[in-house]
Amino acid sequence: MKQDVVIRTVCRLIVPFIQIFALYVIIHGASGTGGGFQGGVIFASAIILIGIAFGLPDALQRISEKTNTLLSCTGLYIYAGIGILCIIFGGNFLGYSFIPLPLDSAATRGLMAEIVEIGIGITVMAVMTSIFYDIAVKEDM
Amino acid sequence: MIWEFNFALFLFLILCAIAAITVRNLLSAVVILSVYSLIMAVLWAEMNAVDVSFTEAAVGAGITTLLFIATLSRTTRRSED
Repeated sequence: MKQDVVIRTVCRLIVPFIQIFALYVIIHGASGTGGGFQGGVIFASAIILIGIAFGLPDALQRISEKTNTLLSCTGLYIYAGIGILCIIFGGNFLGYSFIPLPLDSAATRGLMAEIVEIGIGITVMAVMTSIFYDIAVKEDM
Repeated sequence: MIWEFNFALFLFLILCAIAAITVRNLLSAVVILSVYSLIMAVLWAEMNAVDVSFTEAAVGAGITTLLFIATLSRTTRRSED
């Protein structure tokens, strides 16, 4: 399902900007509008755009199904790992301020919230992409 | 909080909802649903719920439409019932 040359060129131009915007949304999730879920969805839409414009084999070459599974597990482990780290240091689940970093409490909480958002973003991106792969798998695959 | 603007948006929202369930062509229904999501996103932003609006625009108008179209490419384009 290769598309027209105009579609492929525009897609190749626009995909890096979509990905940069997705990273911006994930990083600014703790302090403003956005967050891991929205950023992950935008990142997945960039990969789905590649899959639509260049055909599914090209998208599978960039991010394979195995990588997808690994990424979704990694994000979940980051989220749960930060939460359990807080329990180990004597706080509640995701009680960020108990983690002993050489920073003041607000900075620690901000840093840990960013890391958790990154984990959520990775998982959402991988799962959305794998849903698209499962639906769009054609008979030529 | 301009009520005429709100009224027009809600009118379009209801029209889109009715059109999406009455139209026979399934591709048209998908496109109308995406328009519905976009109007809903504007309404959320107008109610000062920017986070919800962002999610609605990314998920409702973006990913859901793509998944519907990908599903539609594996089935027939016209409704049977």
